[in-house]
Amino acid sequence: MAISVKYFAGLRERMNRAGETLPAQDIGTVAQVWVKATQGAPWPPNMLAAVNHDYAEAHSPVQDGDEVAFFPPVTGG
Amino acid sequence: MSVQLRAAPFDPWQELARYQANLDQAGKFGATACFVGTLRDMNQGDAVSAMTLEHYPGMTEKYLEKISAEAARRWDILDSLIIHRYGPLAPNDSIVLIAVWAAHRAAAFDACRYLIEELKTRAPFWKKEKLEHSTRWVEHNTPAVY
Repeated sequence: MAISVKYFAGLRERMNRAGETLPAQDIGTVAQVWVKATQGAPWPPNMLAAVNHDYAEAHSPVQDGDEVAFFPPVTGG
Repeated sequence: MSVQLRAAPFDPWQELARYQANLDQAGKFGATACFVGTLRDMNQGDAVSAMTLEHYPGMTEKYLEKISAEAARRWDILDSLIIHRYGPLAPNDSIVLIAVWAAHRAAAFDACRYLIEELKTRAPFWKKEKLEHSTRWVEHNTPAVY
C-alpha cells in the first residue's frame, strides 16, 4: 500500500502534476505528506488539505492507503 | 434531496419545474426559494470570455450532500436540490441552481442562503477565467454579507 496524493487548480499547475503515489513509510501526518512530496517546501499560505475527501489540518493523521489532497481556497458557486 | 454535477449547460428554470413536478410533496410545500448563479462577462474590471470549473470528483459530491443534510437538520424543509456545472462554461451559462421547498418561507429562504454560502466556502470547485490575452484562477469568493 501507499499514500495517494492529489493536487488541484493553481497548485496542480505549480506542482506540474495532478498527483502521485508516495510510500507510506515515515509519513504520519498531512504536513509530512507535503514535505515528502515537495522535498521540504514550506506550507503555502491559504493552502487547504483533505484526507479521504474530508477537510484536514496539517497535523491531521495519515495512514497507509489514504488519499491526501492539497488545493487553494475553493471558488465554486 | 438531490445533488447533481453537470458537464453540459442546463436551464435552471426547466430543471426547477421538472424537479418540482416530480416532487412527492404536492400540497405540502407552501414556499419554494431558489438561487441561480450565472457566469458574468466581466470580473474585477476585466472582460471574461470563458471559464473552466475544476472540481474534486468524490469530495465535491460528498460536501454537497453534507451541506444538504445539515440544512435539512437545521430547518424544517421538505426537500432541496443542488445542480452545479463543471468543465468549460461561457458567459450567461448557469453555474449553480439551488432550490429549497418548505411549508413556510422563512425556512425556505434561510436554508437556501445556507446552502449557497456553505457551497461557496466548502465545496471543492475552482474557477479559472479566460481573459482577452491571458487566463487567471479566481483566488477567493466575494464575502457573504448577511
